[in-house]
Amino acid sequence: MKPRVSPSLKIIAAVAAIFVALPLVSIIVRVPWSDLGDMLSQKSTRDALLISLQTSIIAALLSCLFAVPLAWFLARSVTKGLSVLRVICITPMVLPPVVGGIALLTAFGRQGILGQYLYDWFNVSLPFTRTAVVMAQVFVAMPFLVLAVEAAFRQSDEGLEDAARTMGASPSRVFFTIALPAARPAIIAGIALAWARSLGEFGASITFAGSFPGRTQTLPMAVYELVSVDYRLSLVLSLVLIFISVGVLAAMRDRWMAGR
Amino acid sequence: MSISLQGTIGRGEFERALNFSVADGEVLAITGLNGSGKSTIIHTIAGLVPLRNGQLQSDNITWDAPDSKQWVAPEDRTCAVVFQDLRLFPHMNVISNVAYGLRAHGVSKDEARSRSTALLARVGLLSFETRLPNELSGGERQRVALARALVIEPRVLLLDEPLSAVDVTSRAALRELLPEVLGSFVGATILVTHDLGDVEALANHSLSLN
Repeated sequence: MKPRVSPSLKIIAAVAAIFVALPLVSIIVRVPWSDLGDMLSQKSTRDALLISLQTSIIAALLSCLFAVPLAWFLARSVTKGLSVLRVICITPMVLPPVVGGIALLTAFGRQGILGQYLYDWFNVSLPFTRTAVVMAQVFVAMPFLVLAVEAAFRQSDEGLEDAARTMGASPSRVFFTIALPAARPAIIAGIALAWARSLGEFGASITFAGSFPGRTQTLPMAVYELVSVDYRLSLVLSLVLIFISVGVLAAMRDRWMAGR
Repeated sequence: MSISLQGTIGRGEFERALNFSVADGEVLAITGLNGSGKSTIIHTIAGLVPLRNGQLQSDNITWDAPDSKQWVAPEDRTCAVVFQDLRLFPHMNVISNVAYGLRAHGVSKDEARSRSTALLARVGLLSFETRLPNELSGGERQRVALARALVIEPRVLLLDEPLSAVDVTSRAALRELLPEVLGSFVGATILVTHDLGDVEALANHSLSLN
């Protein structure tokens, strides 16, 4: 029997796989394993890790809170201009994150379109705070949830929602008792994806929140700053991020990796 | 008159002019071939599809009259539907499916449960409360759909091909059960079917769309 994959294609596939795997493996090889415990227990490392976990979890939950109703609206509303709204809502996915940071500054900075009033009226200044880190993460992560959940709502059976309405259910009861349970797997996968994206967020948060150790500095920011100062420590922090990413992939493997 | 419809439904070649009314305790069978717009009538009365023109009234309340822009939302119409494809909620067990409409109407959890149990007993499914729809046979699912429609005590009961989705044995059992259930139902019933045997077994009068 002839092999299904020709040798030349096999070589190209092998090059592609090595290109992705080699850098990841290199980190694992070069990590100073003997000093790992000491390095991980350093205060600056712990701070960055805690800030990353705290902000990314809050960002993932906030994204869910806002993305699910938005996805429902996009999936079921018959209002005009929905496609324009959809494009606006998912733009942060393709926007360079640093531009997202500038955009957030323009809106919520002290001289920002909304930010100036927040500062003048309530003495609230958002940039360079931990809240700003969360906002930047929500900005870049929420579109992933919106897309995943909207697709689920579109695929779910509208006939069941109609049946619920004929039984006297208000639109909000239909949403909570019929549509939401049907979309639950997509929502959970979307939260995991949004969380992973928040955890890795760098460009928008460093622009909007800055990289202040112990206050706004997340793991990716710490890695970036350490590269030129303490390369070995930056490897250790990278390893932590790799482990978390692989963990998310493993947890979601049933959903993202079909079979085998 | 419990329900009356005078107007046009559907679009293009499926457009149909209709004029009928059904009184309390009566069963009207609407017959016609597949694709003759039978289900559209059910969906129009339930409020899932608007009338093209004319007027739909129940108990002297106008549910749908496009010319005078009158419209009552599906959730506010006092009718219940047994859909052709049943549409049981797959993530809810039998008792939750049946109690759903009562809960939506603000009935307390305990009362909804006891009334649902009573109806499940009437359709012969008393021990099926905690099963999921996909654990039931076609005939059992059909009974759940029937119980779910009757439990909210509608003024109008709409049955869309109630015997089409079941095997021969269940069909015979349901043909015995349905007249019994419909006989004690106080509101108006509209039954849509392509089977003249159903008409004979269940209806007082009929209307053909062919």
